[in-house]
Amino acid sequence: MEKKLLDSLTAIVGKENVLTTQEDLYSYSYDATPGHAHMPDVVVMPANAEETGKILALANENRIPVYTRGSGTNLSAGCVPTKGGIVLLMTRLNKIIEIDLENLVAVAEPGVIVADLNKAVAAHGLIYPPDPGTVNTATLGGTIAENAGGLRGLKYGVSKHYVMGLDIVLASGDTMTTGGKNVKDVSGYDMTKLFTGAEGTLGVITKATVKLVPAPEAKKSMMAIFKDLDNAGKAVSGIIAAKIIPATLEIMDNATIRTVEDYAHVGLPLDAEAVLLIEVDGNPTVVEKEAAKVMEVLTANHADSVQIAKDDNERDKLWAARRAALPALAKLRPTTYVEDATVPRNQVPAFLRAVSQLAVKHQVTIGTFGHAGDGNMHPTIVCDIRDSKEMERVQKAMDEMFRTAIELGGTLSGEHGIGLGKLPWMQAQHGPVAMNAMKSIKRALDPNLILNPGKLIGEC
Amino acid sequence: MTEKITAQDIRSQDQALLKDIEDALANCMKCGNCMEVCPLYKEIGRENAVARGKLSLMEGVLKGVIPLSANFDTAMAKCVSCKACAAKCPCGVPADDLILRGRQAIVKARGLHPIKQKVFALLKNRPLFDFSLRMAGLFGPLSFKKLPGKMAAIARFPMPGMDKRRITAPFASTPLRSQHPETIKVDKPRLKVLFFTGCTINYIYTDIGNSVLNVLKANNIEVTLPSLQHCCGTPVYMSGDIDSARVLAKHNIDIFSETPCDYVVAACGSCAEAFKIEYPHLFADDALMTEKAKKLAAKTYEISEFLVDIAKFDRSKLGKVAATVTMHDPCHMARGIKVTKQPREILQAIPGVTFAEMKEPARCCGAGGSFSLANYELSRKINDRKVADIASTKADIVATSCGSCRMHITDGLIQNGMTQDSLHVIQLLDQSYQAGAK
Repeated sequence: MEKKLLDSLTAIVGKENVLTTQEDLYSYSYDATPGHAHMPDVVVMPANAEETGKILALANENRIPVYTRGSGTNLSAGCVPTKGGIVLLMTRLNKIIEIDLENLVAVAEPGVIVADLNKAVAAHGLIYPPDPGTVNTATLGGTIAENAGGLRGLKYGVSKHYVMGLDIVLASGDTMTTGGKNVKDVSGYDMTKLFTGAEGTLGVITKATVKLVPAPEAKKSMMAIFKDLDNAGKAVSGIIAAKIIPATLEIMDNATIRTVEDYAHVGLPLDAEAVLLIEVDGNPTVVEKEAAKVMEVLTANHADSVQIAKDDNERDKLWAARRAALPALAKLRPTTYVEDATVPRNQVPAFLRAVSQLAVKHQVTIGTFGHAGDGNMHPTIVCDIRDSKEMERVQKAMDEMFRTAIELGGTLSGEHGIGLGKLPWMQAQHGPVAMNAMKSIKRALDPNLILNPGKLIGEC
Repeated sequence: MTEKITAQDIRSQDQALLKDIEDALANCMKCGNCMEVCPLYKEIGRENAVARGKLSLMEGVLKGVIPLSANFDTAMAKCVSCKACAAKCPCGVPADDLILRGRQAIVKARGLHPIKQKVFALLKNRPLFDFSLRMAGLFGPLSFKKLPGKMAAIARFPMPGMDKRRITAPFASTPLRSQHPETIKVDKPRLKVLFFTGCTINYIYTDIGNSVLNVLKANNIEVTLPSLQHCCGTPVYMSGDIDSARVLAKHNIDIFSETPCDYVVAACGSCAEAFKIEYPHLFADDALMTEKAKKLAAKTYEISEFLVDIAKFDRSKLGKVAATVTMHDPCHMARGIKVTKQPREILQAIPGVTFAEMKEPARCCGAGGSFSLANYELSRKINDRKVADIASTKADIVATSCGSCRMHITDGLIQNGMTQDSLHVIQLLDQSYQAGAK
């Protein structure tokens, strides 16, 4: 990068907040997605919205790509600086500005770690429900930009269901505010939702107002083991049909069960086709009633065994299997792709079958676990990125997997976002007209295409 | 006649130095979970402060994208070796070991830092090392001002490598091993142990050493303090100077293997870890030494672990110690040799002690051995969090199992205007035996 530009950036944020050594640049060349590393030209760490605006204005004037980044835990290469330019590191904006107990909202900067926000509101008996697997490291801004979800998505939804307002810096460097603390707000286009999940392609979040909900008073967990996958599928539909919306309703397929058992020895039968893990939460009386009803549905759908946790200790034991799923799979091979193809929940068994068949067909190792209740599956492909022959097979399997999800009426992502990882299938899911509409929005808000260029909707 | 050395030659040499850990590095899936627990990342907030970043830099060297530069060296140095990343890693990547390999590669490629060269040369020369630290004890009062009450002192004059505000402990005027005969006899001993004192206890915290001897005596155990024992080698090992670490390890393995005993005890998590874990690993290419190291490792115990699990310490003679005590678990105790229950069992066995657990007792205090010498500001910031956790327990005493932690915590307490005392677990047990004898 030209010295003149570096000097201008230094003038905005100070010398210690502009990183230019080869080693620093290399350290911001990747996120948690395998195979997409690229060096930026500079890493800049603004302290506030004003500095962010100045950086973007400078970048816009000079047509420099800007990649906004939080903790870099993305699973879709969302913050990899594929065209060089500026990595805009937002972690210094890390204040919780307000916890408003009368309106049940929190106002916070994008660099706040989501778990820290939750700790702060827990003191008031509240939760901020989005809880991605990386909740202890991921930033609020990153999770909003990626529209992150989590284990309790079935009942509580994903990030976009909690973001009420945003402060945004546009590509021009101008700032704007969307939404606010109003529970009902139908004034104008829903710009808040537009920027939530835009993956940093439309603007930079510098402040967020998010909805808080009362923490559930009680929880009850159950684990059911099924020798037959279809029975597990029917049990999932049965629970919902019984008008119960569990906080979590998780599934693990046979490949995952075998891997978990081999690694964590939690006592799962190796021949089981599926394990369901269910948690209901809320008012203690209702929780008891709902748990009993869930047990009934599980039995009626021929669960081979059902365990119910009597206390927190037993709950932890049941959850141990699910918690071990990703680590167990990840330890099998060096490279781990955690995908999140999602299907309507009644198609979960069909999708799981299809994935295990295509794993055999393409000779790749895939274990699938995920959120059966909302259809959000995590087919996890383990391989070695250094083996090009194997990677060809992985690509073929992945291609078929995403096309299958779309054919089943599903979507490319339930919570990880598109980034670069799932870009190849966007057209297949949305069709040319919707893709053009999205590109028009991008061009309108970022005419010089400097914000996370090439991601989410591809080249514009 | 000299062949021209190209940048490419240097690169391939750099890569060769890390080649054998390529697979281990590839296992890092870059999920970033280590960010949650890394004490340095919490303070620095930059990717190359955390394990994921450091492992990536090593990968970068292997790929030939970045060289084994001074910046690489600085990044590798910014690690307290607290092992929290490795304990957290879902993929089981031993990031702490790999970072040490990064440091070793630096030492091999670029040589040891000149200051370290001198210090380590002194360290390897046992008689000279012993002489220097004795002199430090004799002439210490000239250069250090003792603070009232605690084992705490502050430098009177600027000292190289040391922050002038830093509060340390004074060197002992007489080292522990010179205060006692080599073997301390008891009538009809039920066990015979060798005591590996480590440098901190021998030259500085003789109070800890004396407590260990008192407690072993109270349990009718004969103790030998082998006079030829030497530094365990952890400080040099952590700096990536594996050759020096081997020299020290071999010396200790020989001395402790050749002196007859039932068990070997150490009163420091890092020393115990050196004997139990590092020594057997250091001689991968030498079957005979590996075998010898393994045998020694099998009979080495950290003192709390030894008293609880092996000696089943005598609880009938314990007297009252009225104090509220909290416990800091040194990194090498908690995640190295995994001894956390036994020190608590000892504290809770003492009549009159109210035990108050602090938040995150196993979070690094920031000492990191010599890390705090080179990075005082940073290590103080990490320590401030520890001190805040201590304060919230309302305890009068912080117990720990490591001299280096004790020194750093004492510094932190005084810097923060707090009056709590920091002691080794065994000192409290010693107090209890003394109260019981009255």
